[in-house]
Amino acid sequence: MIQIACPYCGPRDEAEFAYRGDATVHRPAEEAGFHDYVYARANPRGWHLEWWHHTGGCRAVLKVLRHTATHEVRAVGLPADRPEPPSA
Amino acid sequence: MRYSGLRLLTQAFAGNTGWKPAWRDTAPKSSYDVVIVGGGGHGLATAYYLAREHGITNVAVLERGRIGLGNTGRNTTIIRSNYLLPENHNFYEWSLKLWEGLEQDLNYNAMVSQRGVLNLFHSDAARHAAARRGNAMRLDGIDAELLDRAQVAEFCPLIDLDNARFPVMGGLLQRRGGTARHDAVAWGFARAADRRGVDIIQECEVQGIETEGGRVTALRTSRGRIRAGRVGLAVAGSTSLLAGMAGFEVPIESHVLQAFVSEAVKPLVHAVITFGAGHFYISQSDKGGLVFGGGLDGWNSYAQRGNLPAVEHVFAAGVAMMPALSRLRALRSWGGMMDMTPDGSPIIGLTPIQGLTMTGGWCYGGFKATPGSGWCHAWTIAKGEPHPLNAAFTLDRFRQGRLLDERGAGPFAWAQ
Repeated sequence: MIQIACPYCGPRDEAEFAYRGDATVHRPAEEAGFHDYVYARANPRGWHLEWWHHTGGCRAVLKVLRHTATHEVRAVGLPADRPEPPSA
Repeated sequence: MRYSGLRLLTQAFAGNTGWKPAWRDTAPKSSYDVVIVGGGGHGLATAYYLAREHGITNVAVLERGRIGLGNTGRNTTIIRSNYLLPENHNFYEWSLKLWEGLEQDLNYNAMVSQRGVLNLFHSDAARHAAARRGNAMRLDGIDAELLDRAQVAEFCPLIDLDNARFPVMGGLLQRRGGTARHDAVAWGFARAADRRGVDIIQECEVQGIETEGGRVTALRTSRGRIRAGRVGLAVAGSTSLLAGMAGFEVPIESHVLQAFVSEAVKPLVHAVITFGAGHFYISQSDKGGLVFGGGLDGWNSYAQRGNLPAVEHVFAAGVAMMPALSRLRALRSWGGMMDMTPDGSPIIGLTPIQGLTMTGGWCYGGFKATPGSGWCHAWTIAKGEPHPLNAAFTLDRFRQGRLLDERGAGPFAWAQ
């Protein structure tokens, strides 16, 4: 079970959240970048920065740093936060 | 050694001492014409059809673990071709036709059983969608039957037609669909490829892909460097990692899908039945265990194991469709890795690297495609261009806007 510590609601079960995918992609200003924005994903085996929407709680959109092989959640922040993947 | 009834009989009287390993466990040579990365069903099928259809036998299949122990052994073994889009159903129909002759072709019992695949629907809108899909299939000569409530009740009495929230209104049946035994498919292709001279190299992990002037030249592996004229990737679940080694990006996310087997019971579910109001599908293995599964856990994962919310959803949907299932105990559960694409359709064909082809992006529909994927991938490797059957499954269709979004779910890999 993945548990996500919502900054507003505290630690909550993954079932309360809706997954919203890779949080490292940015909407481009130019049309040229749209393919990568919509489709291209790094899909790392390791630390992954991703959006989780707390649909069953405060409805905040959270930025979560999670490991895709161990499922460990390392950091949970608000959209403006910039959690750094651990170096080791 | 050819398998036959006579061979079985003579071996029985000889104390079964004359059986030989089904394939050679070979050490890698320093160079091959074609190297296939991934010894699952798709990779082995690619090697087999390269040898059989195109006469290319200086081929190696590299497998990180042992044959049959990867994602090939982690699926729910359903075969069918009941897709809406012509590019999809024509490809899967070719694969289904290959399934129909596969055992004679491979001289191996893959336990292909055309017991029928029934998709239930629970609303007028879903009936329209099912009728449209069935008609699209029939226009291309593929069998499909629209069943009403009474026919569903007759086909499978265990289904709860009067579920309070999702009453069953009917179903779309493909009688030629069914199941096959996943392990035997991998073993059968391995043996048949080996008999045609293909080297199957186990416990050989690819760690790097060397290119020169935009062309693939060699692979760095845990068992040394192997030069290759052409390389085919058949590593669904890990395609992003291998593509990354070659220096290109694929529009794929890796996700986990769980599956379950119940305790063995007497014949109960004689076909493959899918629930239309939730993600649930079920069949019964010849050992008696009910094999079932549902949707993805829904977040990127390379772990080959899932979590409890998806388990709860699958069991709830199953009991809603067949209340009798609540009396059974689940025996085992496991997770497999899926290459999820943004449109839910696979990628079979050329890549930006010359001499490097791929079959991947299988979402959770890869098993039924095993022979068709291998056949089309082998063609693409041999001819240097895709066959018409896989011409639409290109890597650059996303850039061109030629998506094959069977479900119309939008570009969200986890929603496909």
